[in-house]
Amino acid sequence: MAMTEQRVSYTLDSSLETIDNAEEKATRVATELGFADEEIMQISMAVREAAVNAVLHGNAYAPDKKVILAFERAGGDLIITIRDQGRGMDLSKIPNPLAPENLLKTSGRGIFLMRSFMDAVEIRPTESGTELKLIKHVHGPTAGGKEASQ
Amino acid sequence: MSMKVAVRQVDGVTIVDCSGRITLGEGSVILRDTVRELLGKGNKKIVLNLQDVNYIDSSGIGELVSAFTTTKNQGGELKLLNLTKKVNDLLQITKLYTVFDVKDDEASAVKSFK
Repeated sequence: MAMTEQRVSYTLDSSLETIDNAEEKATRVATELGFADEEIMQISMAVREAAVNAVLHGNAYAPDKKVILAFERAGGDLIITIRDQGRGMDLSKIPNPLAPENLLKTSGRGIFLMRSFMDAVEIRPTESGTELKLIKHVHGPTAGGKEASQ
Repeated sequence: MSMKVAVRQVDGVTIVDCSGRITLGEGSVILRDTVRELLGKGNKKIVLNLQDVNYIDSSGIGELVSAFTTTKNQGGELKLLNLTKKVNDLLQITKLYTVFDVKDDEASAVKSFK
């Protein structure tokens, strides 16, 4: 995404390649927006986890279903939207991965990591799947990009 | 960079030198297959050397947990060695740092099995 553009979106297949692709795009956008290295890693990992959710749990690798990935600079925020065309997600059924009884589970940490790495995570059902919105403050106290550190 | 592993023996302990990314797909599968193969051959003292693992996602974390529990269930022990800051941070925020036996030098990791 060029710095002058406010929004860019991609329509991607439900494949493993899409997960790597989404992560790479997030890294590029976060770098262009001047986030610090640590934040770039956090943003790219949050997007990767969201893409895993969309491809694996949402669309279940279905070749006829797509993942929509959008990056938007709105005010002081980087807003990343990942939308799938799957069955939807029941948040109440996602256990707390930090609970002692869940620590040794081999899955269920994706949403937790997104929430750990981003300033806000919004999850909502749509008519045709699930939409995840990942928000990071470009110049917020926890974002503190390169400009802020100079 | 995809995941690569190299296996060596030190004083009866199997060291698995991992490098690259442990993520959904190839990276996780390679780790899973390696640990299963080692256990199948009776190698039950396993150290995963993660010094050159520069990235791990939630699937990779899940695979580490799976390797840990699978080894334990078969009467073995699996320890982690030389975590990078990224992996260390991830294990801290997921509270898994206290679950795994984490070492920062190979000699003490090997010795800790005896």
